[in-house]
Amino acid sequence: MIEAVGLTKRYGAKTAVDNLSFQVRPGAVTGFLGPNGSGKSTTMRMIVGLDRPTAGRVTVGGHPFRSLPNAPRQVGALLDAKAVHGGRSARNHLLSLAQLAGIPTARVDEVLGVVGLQDVAKRRSSGFSLGMGQRLGIAAALLGDPRVLLFDEPVNGLDPEGIHWVRNLMKQLASEGRTVFVSSHLMSEMALTADHLIVIGRGQLLSDMSVKDFISANSADFARVRVPPEPEQREKLTAALTEAGGRVMPEPDGALRVTGLPLPRISDLAHGAGVRLWQLSPHQASLEEAYMRMTQGAVDYRSTADAKEGLVPPPPPYELPPDSGLAQPPELPQRGWYAPPPPGRSPAAPAPSPHPTERETSEESR
Amino acid sequence: MTTPAAPPPPPYPDRSPGRDGEQAPSAPVRTPGLGDAVASEWTKIRSVRSTVWTLGVMVLLLLGVGLLTAVAIRAADADLQDEPVLSLGFFGVLLGSICVITLGVLTIASEYGTGLIRTTLAVCPSRSRVLIAKSIVFFLLSFTVTTVTAGVVGVLQTAILDGGTPTAGEWLGATVGVGLYVALLGLLALALGAVVRHSAGAITIMIGVVLLPLVLAMFMFTDTLDSVRQVLFEYSIPSQLASLYDTPITLSGPSGWDSVLILTCVTAVAMGAALASQDRRDV
Repeated sequence: MIEAVGLTKRYGAKTAVDNLSFQVRPGAVTGFLGPNGSGKSTTMRMIVGLDRPTAGRVTVGGHPFRSLPNAPRQVGALLDAKAVHGGRSARNHLLSLAQLAGIPTARVDEVLGVVGLQDVAKRRSSGFSLGMGQRLGIAAALLGDPRVLLFDEPVNGLDPEGIHWVRNLMKQLASEGRTVFVSSHLMSEMALTADHLIVIGRGQLLSDMSVKDFISANSADFARVRVPPEPEQREKLTAALTEAGGRVMPEPDGALRVTGLPLPRISDLAHGAGVRLWQLSPHQASLEEAYMRMTQGAVDYRSTADAKEGLVPPPPPYELPPDSGLAQPPELPQRGWYAPPPPGRSPAAPAPSPHPTERETSEESR
Repeated sequence: MTTPAAPPPPPYPDRSPGRDGEQAPSAPVRTPGLGDAVASEWTKIRSVRSTVWTLGVMVLLLLGVGLLTAVAIRAADADLQDEPVLSLGFFGVLLGSICVITLGVLTIASEYGTGLIRTTLAVCPSRSRVLIAKSIVFFLLSFTVTTVTAGVVGVLQTAILDGGTPTAGEWLGATVGVGLYVALLGLLALALGAVVRHSAGAITIMIGVVLLPLVLAMFMFTDTLDSVRQVLFEYSIPSQLASLYDTPITLSGPSGWDSVLILTCVTAVAMGAALASQDRRDV
């Protein structure tokens, strides 16, 4: 259990973490999200006592980290995969940490096996890839078999196989009743890993809720409507829906996104207009979209003069562009999202750019 | 990646999901102390190449310079006059002390340079324990290596040159005394490295500390500065080191063990400052 109360950290005039209060509970993977520079790493460092809070406090199991009895047995942390001496072998690195923590040497070989580095244990870590470095850092965090685990960006530099492994590892650690606190800026990753989300922006708490609540609280649900490909059918339906107060937005594949109207009403209106529907499905926004909305709100909230100026417009202003014809969809910032997934990619593997098509299927089946 | 595409292994193979105090019998939980930190620092210092390089170069310098001087004097058949034989080791030790200073700085500053210090302190929240353990390990290592090498050089020198046999006091000063002095100098460098947290910066400052007083004194030509000049000469680190061989560069100034005592006090103050700064500053 990690508890932060009014946690604040200032570096000179810059406030990195601003009055942050949250709890991280055992038995669940808690994702810690925020854009770059939002104070995630600073918060992590304060949890393990590397930085002193300017105000407020953070405790692990009721104690500040630096006064924890036998800290290495209670908290394991991966803060920076590159925080090793490159000239030292992986095994010696872990051995020195184990000795420092009073952990038997046998445990070193055990964790090397757990992270799959046993074959390169004797190699100097300067030759390690970023992914191998992450594994070494995870091994160090697991050394003391701790009840509380902190991981700062653990999947950076890992291959899909490694990401899959980390995801399962975290879920397993949480299922054993441990407290698992993972920071990331990869929404797609957190959607698959985390049970609970803490989102910060500019050092301030934006949200502290379960992943499911987070999505439903922040997403704009819409209906996907597909009609026969004749243009007049679509125009008729669009007109009817717009008249009834809905907003209609064409999608590149010819479907329509409808917001502001419940599904039965869309069906009734289509029936009234004499348009056959080939598809009428509810769609819930992905975590990625929800997160983008939320962090944009944070920027809004911090702006001084004209808050709207210079901002990226919020993603879905689903309105029909006048007279543009439906065949040509308007320029969308998220256009690249509609690229088909490369062949052979498993749907579970996170993509560098998220594919709503994939996620949709999993969410609709929920 | 080296891991085959196999299902992930369970993170805790031979263990029931770790409830507190429910460890496997082979792994009793105990609270770590300074002894564990010393063992850890020993693992660290022996597993990097900089240790081998710096101490290796130091041994080579001590042996090489010491023996070359002895051989040269023997070949030239020069008269040592009143100079004790052991004092021929001085130049090698003076050069070798730079190596120990470098190692002292690197012992702590490399942790800051690589970021390893964050991993270390996330495992051991006590800053003072880590710094004291580092100091102990480094001091004992550099003291042992310096003393043994200085002893070997002394034995070889007396064998090559048949000047008078050194007294026990001379032997003690030229081996243990020199070993203590050089190791303390290294410890001062370690304390400085802990405050400065930057390898190159701390090494440069330390070399300045060693050389600058002497260099400054050499260029103080005016008579008004004579007293300052004298003090700088007498208390410069090379002079103090030379006094351990019973041949101070200047005739006055601290002698022998006084030098060790002076450096001990300076190092203690620096170490106190390092401990205080470690405890207060963010990592």
